[in-house]
Amino acid sequence: MLSEPEIELSPTINDEVKYTTCYMCACRCGIKVHLKDGLVRYIEGNKNHPTNKGVLCGKGSSGIMQHYSPARLRKPLKRVGERGKAEFVEIEWDEALSIAAGWLGNIRETDPRKLAFFTGRDQSQSLTGWWAAQFGTPNFAAHGGFCSVNMAAAGLYTIGGSFWEFGEPDWDRAKYFMIFGVAEDHDSNPIKTGLGKLKARGAKVVSVNPIRTGYSAIADEWVGIRPGTDGLFVMALIHELLNADKIDVDYLVRYTNAPWLVIQDPGTAEHGLFARDADGNPLCWDAKAKALVSAKLADVTPAIVGEFTLADGSKAVPSFQLLAERYMDPQYAPDAVAERCGVPAADIRRIAAELADVAFNQTIELDIEWTDWAGRKHDKVIGRPVAMHAMRGISAHTNGFHTCRAIHVLQVLLGSVECPGGFRFKPPFPKPIPPGQKPAGKTFAPGKPLGGMPLGFTMGPEDLLVEADGTPIRIDKAYSWEAPISAHGLMHMVITNAWKGDPYPIDTLFMYMANMSWNSTMNTKGVIEMLTDKDPKTGEYKIPRIIYSDAYFSEMVAYADLILPDTTYLERWDCISLLDRPICEADGPADAIRQPVVQPDRDVRAFQTVLLDLGARLGLPGMVKEDGSAKFPGGYPDYIVNHERTPGIGPLAGWRGEDGKGVGRGAVNPDQLKTYIENECFWAHHLEPSQRFYKFANKDYLDFAVHMGFIGHADQIVLQLYSEPMQKFRLAAEGHGAVQPPDRLRERIKSVFDPLPIWYVPYEEAMVDTQKYPLHALTQRPMIMYHSWGSQNAWLRQILGRNKLYVNSATGAKLGLVEGDWVWVESHHGRIKVQTKFMEGLNPNTVWTWNAIGKRAGSWNLAPDAPEAKKGFLLNHLISELLPPEADGRRFSNSDPVTGQASWFDLRVRIEKCAPGEAEVSEPQFPDIALPPGLEPAPEVNRYGADLSHRGR
Amino acid sequence: MHPAYSVIFFTTASGAGYGLLALLGIFAASGLLPADRWLGVVGVGLAMTLIAGGLLSSVGHLGRPERFLGAMRQWRSSWLAREGVLAILTFIPAGLFGIGWVFLNSTQGFFGWMGALAAVLAGITVWCTSMIYASLKPIQQWHNVFVTPSYLVLGLMTGALLLVLVTRAFGVYQGAFGWLAVLAVVAGWAVKTAYWRHIDGTRPRSTLGTATGLGRLGTVRLLEMPHTEENFLMKEMGFRIARDHATKLRRVAGLALFAVPFVLALAAALGGPVVGTLAAAGAVLSAGLGVVVERWLFFAEARHTSMLYYGMAA
Amino acid sequence: MTSLPENRGPKRLGLVIDLDTCVGCHACATNCKEWNTSGHSAPLTDVNAYQAEQRGVWFNRVHTFEVGDQEGGRTVHFPKNCMHCEFPDCVTVCPTGASYKRAEDGIVLVDHDKCIGCKLCSWACPYGAREFDEVEGVMKKCTLCIDKIYNKNLAEADRVPACVATCPSKARHFGDFNDPNSNVSRLTAERGGMELLPELGYQPTSRYLPPRPGKRPQGDAAALPKAANGTAGRFLRWVDQMLSR
Ligand SMILES: Nc1nc2c(c(=O)[nH]1)N[C@H]1C(S)=C(S)[C@@H](COP(=O)(O)OP(=O)(O)OC[C@H]3O[C@@H](n4cnc5c(=O)[nH]c(N)nc54)[C@H](O)[C@@H]3O)O[C@H]1N2
Ligand SMILES: Nc1nc2c(c(=O)[nH]1)N[C@H]1C(S)=C(S)[C@@H](COP(=O)(O)OP(=O)(O)OC[C@H]3O[C@@H](n4cnc5c(=O)[nH]c(N)nc54)[C@H](O)[C@@H]3O)O[C@H]1N2
Ligand code: SF4
Ligand code: SF4
Ligand code: SF4
Ligand code: SF4
Ligand code: SF4
Ligand SMILES: [Mo]
Repeated sequence: MLSEPEIELSPTINDEVKYTTCYMCACRCGIKVHLKDGLVRYIEGNKNHPTNKGVLCGKGSSGIMQHYSPARLRKPLKRVGERGKAEFVEIEWDEALSIAAGWLGNIRETDPRKLAFFTGRDQSQSLTGWWAAQFGTPNFAAHGGFCSVNMAAAGLYTIGGSFWEFGEPDWDRAKYFMIFGVAEDHDSNPIKTGLGKLKARGAKVVSVNPIRTGYSAIADEWVGIRPGTDGLFVMALIHELLNADKIDVDYLVRYTNAPWLVIQDPGTAEHGLFARDADGNPLCWDAKAKALVSAKLADVTPAIVGEFTLADGSKAVPSFQLLAERYMDPQYAPDAVAERCGVPAADIRRIAAELADVAFNQTIELDIEWTDWAGRKHDKVIGRPVAMHAMRGISAHTNGFHTCRAIHVLQVLLGSVECPGGFRFKPPFPKPIPPGQKPAGKTFAPGKPLGGMPLGFTMGPEDLLVEADGTPIRIDKAYSWEAPISAHGLMHMVITNAWKGDPYPIDTLFMYMANMSWNSTMNTKGVIEMLTDKDPKTGEYKIPRIIYSDAYFSEMVAYADLILPDTTYLERWDCISLLDRPICEADGPADAIRQPVVQPDRDVRAFQTVLLDLGARLGLPGMVKEDGSAKFPGGYPDYIVNHERTPGIGPLAGWRGEDGKGVGRGAVNPDQLKTYIENECFWAHHLEPSQRFYKFANKDYLDFAVHMGFIGHADQIVLQLYSEPMQKFRLAAEGHGAVQPPDRLRERIKSVFDPLPIWYVPYEEAMVDTQKYPLHALTQRPMIMYHSWGSQNAWLRQILGRNKLYVNSATGAKLGLVEGDWVWVESHHGRIKVQTKFMEGLNPNTVWTWNAIGKRAGSWNLAPDAPEAKKGFLLNHLISELLPPEADGRRFSNSDPVTGQASWFDLRVRIEKCAPGEAEVSEPQFPDIALPPGLEPAPEVNRYGADLSHRGR
Repeated sequence: MHPAYSVIFFTTASGAGYGLLALLGIFAASGLLPADRWLGVVGVGLAMTLIAGGLLSSVGHLGRPERFLGAMRQWRSSWLAREGVLAILTFIPAGLFGIGWVFLNSTQGFFGWMGALAAVLAGITVWCTSMIYASLKPIQQWHNVFVTPSYLVLGLMTGALLLVLVTRAFGVYQGAFGWLAVLAVVAGWAVKTAYWRHIDGTRPRSTLGTATGLGRLGTVRLLEMPHTEENFLMKEMGFRIARDHATKLRRVAGLALFAVPFVLALAAALGGPVVGTLAAAGAVLSAGLGVVVERWLFFAEARHTSMLYYGMAA
Repeated sequence: MTSLPENRGPKRLGLVIDLDTCVGCHACATNCKEWNTSGHSAPLTDVNAYQAEQRGVWFNRVHTFEVGDQEGGRTVHFPKNCMHCEFPDCVTVCPTGASYKRAEDGIVLVDHDKCIGCKLCSWACPYGAREFDEVEGVMKKCTLCIDKIYNKNLAEADRVPACVATCPSKARHFGDFNDPNSNVSRLTAERGGMELLPELGYQPTSRYLPPRPGKRPQGDAAALPKAANGTAGRFLRWVDQMLSR
């Protein structure tokens, strides 16, 4: 028996520790970076950070390999060969910036709309959007439009906040949790941690999802619903609850527009609008006073059913009556929807009963004193411990806006929004419904700023961005009759429209952090052709100029004319701002920064700094001083500290004012960043217990929100079950008002703009032959990859280096397939060749694969024969950005008709076994992309850490 | 299990070498072999070359060959270490025995004892080799009572065939050698057949159910491997050979390793000098090929419990 | 005769992995890689890092299994690393003594300076927990983060294995199984912590908590009672309700 060897139990693992914010995905967890010999030794979660409280996910834990990726761009590049060939020369930053300034300068002086500025995974939208506004182009949006605008819009038009990461289930108190259509989501770590808490407490988790993986795998009950039918399922739950009178009427009366009277005068321009008094206050019927009174008054006793006569003699009913009549109708009974949803009626009834039981028999009461909007004190808060969350499984369908609204209606009927155990807003939400900001761009002029932010919320036809003849003003046709409430734009339509010159040609497409020639676009093959297509007459590219900022050698790089290489997330300043998508918790607002923890070893610059530099070169208002010199010579950090959106309010809410004591408001504090760094790079404010619940009607909270600049005034925010803006668009379609839809859109607007949630068959399903395309095809986020950018990561690509098409075992057998067979998958739009894998936990009518694993050979500095390129694939080749042609041959975009949300998950396909001889290589394949100058071929062996170890090998 | 050629060569060559060494030791000591220098040079030389060659290739199989001496440290618990120790130890009496024979033309007295001792140690060494495999619980095709006999008998058998060839070539052949070879072949055939019967008959001790503890909840099947490409474990333990392919190879082995050598060994035993020599040579060649196939199968047919986690049958 | 420690020390350290809450995020696998590639066993070499047939040294790998069929079946994520067995053949078969079990806490380690890379230990491990470094030619494995759990340069709270510290859904727990009051002992007792491959007799220290039975009352039993005299009835009741805002 040998003696045990001496081993070092306490090696020093760092010579320096720096805090910053992770950016391996959009969750923005706090990280603690251990540095040794100038290299990153270890990245761990920051225990004090509100978002992740010390944990890191699989991606965040692989940050080292992302930061040292061999695919990092090294220097600005100028295209010299044909687009798509990646033939570049390296140029100096000064040349790059003057080229860009030259192009953009001309555009601004002539027609600012000819700049389309679209940003993908942008965490600085308050800067990029503001920049676009100062430039004067309405053509700005980030990824929201192809992402989950349905969730954002449905929430903001219904409850003043939304799913996404803008609210959260009360993980510590919920007893019943329903999660719809979520594989991963932006709140990556909080959801995982939250599920852990629910499970530890023995709360019931129900996952509604065609696929049983990830979160659904650990759910206590998996509802394997048929894609696109959640609206029916939810309405059936509502049907059950209404019929059994298991709803929180008190909550409806206090906090919602259920009592507001809706004018019943068909054919008139007022039909379906709220009856209002002279001051524009909505009316209700005070059942005690037996009188019409303002529904906004305190202490009235409003009727929620009944028919009442208005001053002008016309009839009106409380909006709740319309809601109840609709959903109590037998067409929404469980038995009526069960088959279409693929969910047994008995299960639907049971789940409704479980919801009612938890909400009304397992109520939580917290002895927290709080004051409501009218100044009345309450000694406790009542919790209906049913929490819900939903994401892209709901939103990425053409009926997603309504489905999401239906879920919110369900939550509100149960009284489970903003209460203990329910769904709770994260400040700055709730906001007025919808938020006051309207989209700017009706008027735009050469050399002038836009006079507002490009993105906003339409209240009715008058707010649309359309010419007199109805022609869209924006290149993506956002806020046009094709997508009236497209609060996030339609990034997925930009390239197609610009290529077509519909509604008009553009000059320069300026993109940031969006892999639009690959996984981020629909119709990938077609889009690649559009990007390289030339006008036969002029010989010029149909999209004349493309400027792109990426940090890595993504598929998109080859298609740009000018590349502005960015830093990695460990090399730059950033700000996770309350003006953008903050990291707040339900219990209080929070924001954070990124600081450079290592210096770039390459000639790269942070995009935000580059953007401000461009702004200064273009002399954009707010970016230059009176004397025309740069206002933020220090770049982004300079802006973060010194920029004020409105006096006293800037990108960071923490430690404002000369004394650094200001919360949310206050003069510029020159030491702000220093203070953030001293505080582990984040700021979190904790609301008083009295401010934490019913935020939409909580005086102390509302006052605080006003102080913080979240909202303009402290009025109660009344939840909108019945949506008046929707009715306004419908009235226009029925021929009322000055701004009316073009005739070919009237019917669609009429049917879709229903003030109460409706369900309809998703467009692709309705338009294609479902006999020919019997299967739904979906993608899911792998927890281990962030879109396209994880495949360059030496660790992550070992875990998921190729994707397969998952087929329900029984379905596969019916189709005569054996697991592992290669098959052709065909949609109305295209055809791909892929390898199959069988699974049990999958809706039989559905096939699916992991998103964005397939790579273009040569990109990302992967060997051209890497499995990502030869075996992996994108479903995107099957998804068209356009729906099949209408009668008149015109084609609408494959988007939700209300919000313009890209409908990734409406896809219908057929699968067919490959012929025996066919090569086991995924199709389509594209020519390899060559490495751009400056990039070394990637090494074969990775021994990272060998020299960092105390064993010093 | 992945059939690594270095290991196949090592076990087969050293097996034959030790077999030959043992027989030379015994027969020389017992005076059945003349203490002829050249016979010694060729006989003992051949045995030592096979042994050394085998050991060398096994060292070559190591990730860190330069550290091979360390491989003897844990003789208390490790069969591999024991084998190493025994292999070295065997060289001492074997060496002296060889020196006596080749340089002093003496295989009697002290050198005789050395021969006998070498024979005993050779046997033990092969036994250790077999135990390396027989002691591995995660591999049922190895962890059974048939493995050690197979190694011993096959070592003896291949050694005996070599002995017949050498003695025939030197014209110092004795009937006993031939009949011993014939017997060894029959024994080997029997043992190996029994082994194959056994492994075909054993049902896996462990299942994915016991490996995951989830068996009680229903049938368990793999959905995702931890990585999409093959990792070290799968390359090392995930090797699989199709049933029918295995049966074919078993037939080849049976033919080359047993059937043909049996006939030729008989011929060698019965035939005259020329026929006998040729027959012996044929037997050696055939058995050489056969034993390699047999050893390849020994690995290829072995299934490792850990592969259950990768969706493979144990 | 064995080269397992003759007199084992006081502690029996290991992990408890909760199969009921593991969402399969692989954080434990990558965080392990991240800590250990510069740690006691550095580096955790990757081969073909950016080419085809990419593979490398991982101390923790997350498998996914399906149990039962579509209805009522479930998907189970299954992280797996060294079990630090009480009777680990990976130690006893090792010819060099490079593979050893610590007397003090039972952690099974490899001394990379002694290892000759014969791979025999990997053959002797039924759990597939040994990892061969093709480039360095030596065997590596989960160290239970020996250079973290005892590291005096780290705050007390940080002295836990990387995979445990990082697990977002708190499905991993670290502790001393010899201490009946440790979290791991309690969890094992309360939730019926399972031993993997008990039939092989390695007595793995680490335990797996089985998935809880899903709460899925079958059938119509729990449906809500329809309100008396249907829709009309509902409306009447709402008419009578006098609630003020
Ligand atoms: N690890 C990782 N995290 C990410 C990302 C990433 O790429 N990787 N991307 C980030 C981004 S940009 C976004 S937008 C979010 C998106 O986060 P998720 O909303 O989780 O997005 P998906 O992965 O598309 O998941 C969609 C889920 O909905 C299900 N589904 C599809 N159709 C239906 C349906 O009709 N009904 C129901 N009930 N379910 C359906 C799918 O099976 C899938 O589980 O994730 C963010 N977080
Ligand atoms: N089939 C299908 N397609 C989908 C989806 C789906 O569910 N199914 N989801 C859609 C959704 S919701 C979204 S949000 C999009 C996401 O699509 P994208 O927003 O395009 O996200 P990525 O693919 O990650 O591309 C981001 C680009 O940013 C680059 N990048 C990474 N880090 C940095 C950095 O620090 N600086 C700079 N300048 N660039 C960087 C990456 O290299 C990559 O080229 O995909 C959409 N596409
Ligand atoms: S969820 Fe993971 S990748 Fe996203 S920010 Fe947090 S740690 Fe980073
Ligand atoms: S980190 Fe936790 S949840 Fe994620 S795979 Fe590992 S054990 Fe499971
Ligand atoms: S799990 Fe394998 S490697 Fe770990 S101690 Fe047990 S036998 Fe050894
Ligand atoms: S590979 Fe190394 S640790 Fe494993 S048995 Fe051989 S010498 Fe021991
Ligand atoms: S204990 Fe440490 S070494 Fe072992 S798997 Fe966890 S992180 Fe890796
Ligand atoms: Mo997204």
